[in-house]
Amino acid sequence: MPSMNFFFHLGVMAGITYLVRMLPLVLVNKKIRNRFLLSFLYYVPYAVLSVMTVPAIFYATSSPWSALAGFVIAMILAFFEKSLLTVAIFSSAAVFVTEFLLPIIQ
Amino acid sequence: MKENNSFILGIKHGIPICLGYLSVSFAFGIFAVGSGLSVIEALLISMFNLTSAGQLAAVPIITGGGGIPELALAQLIINLRYSLMSVTLSQKLGKTVSALDRFWIGFGITDEIFAVSTSKNKSVGRKYMFGLILTPYAGWSLGTLLGSVAGNILPDSVSSALGIAIYGMFIAIVLPTVKKHLPTALCVVGAIAIGCAFKYIPMLSRVPDGFVIIIAAVVASMVAALLSPVSDEESEQTDEKEVNTDA
Repeated sequence: MPSMNFFFHLGVMAGITYLVRMLPLVLVNKKIRNRFLLSFLYYVPYAVLSVMTVPAIFYATSSPWSALAGFVIAMILAFFEKSLLTVAIFSSAAVFVTEFLLPIIQ
Repeated sequence: MKENNSFILGIKHGIPICLGYLSVSFAFGIFAVGSGLSVIEALLISMFNLTSAGQLAAVPIITGGGGIPELALAQLIINLRYSLMSVTLSQKLGKTVSALDRFWIGFGITDEIFAVSTSKNKSVGRKYMFGLILTPYAGWSLGTLLGSVAGNILPDSVSSALGIAIYGMFIAIVLPTVKKHLPTALCVVGAIAIGCAFKYIPMLSRVPDGFVIIIAAVVASMVAALLSPVSDEESEQTDEKEVNTDA
């Protein structure tokens, strides 16, 4: 059974995420014309995803070397615009193979 | 404008999104239990939030004993983009959508559901929206359950390998745009540079992760928006591309 503290965090998180989506839908009926605001909201998802990925990705596996291998494979496949699933699977496979080979090489 | 109000068509359009969500939420489940959350906690987070980036940022804040202000502000900034989508979607809702319906439709706005519901030259009805939200929601919840259970029973070598999956997906979302749009590339590099500064410079490394994401994303996006404002077409192109990536 999750703690009270967890439910408190969950409630705050879910409440804010919901309000951010629901309020404009219920209250606003005009289109946003402010170019700065539109541009800011365009860039935010890319900036958020990037700062969450680097450097965290290099600590996501049990060795920095396997993480590096997974990162390089992900970058190559993403560059050629492979699907999210393809990139994820081959990136994971690169980590698995590297971690299998590392003890043999060292 | 003609109104599209078929529940079955909504389900059908939701299936590609559902399949994409299954894999992303599977990766989230693995990540959540790997960070110390239980299966039921991971599942509850997915069922009440339905947002990949926000959920991923929340896990270290919750498990690391981070404060409520940090969590609240992180969710606000990371999910702020949904406000813009909500405003846009409000223009597309048809006559069958009542004022009350807007309260549950608001819960289901994600990048992909938004893109599909606004990409057609028709207004959308309540039954269509219900189908379009229901299928991805089921996929998001089921994937989280499977991933968090798998994270508990799979051997360490497999869990370690899958730990990178969600980051691989993020790279797959960001890189295709970075490749084609230089201002986005500079924004991304700037955000990462700020993030790394907070992680590796001793004085700054005491700032909690949630705040680092906020500071880095807001500063980089504001600078990019000031120096290189985007046109309407550019933001619309991105939305369509995101759908194709998942489908």
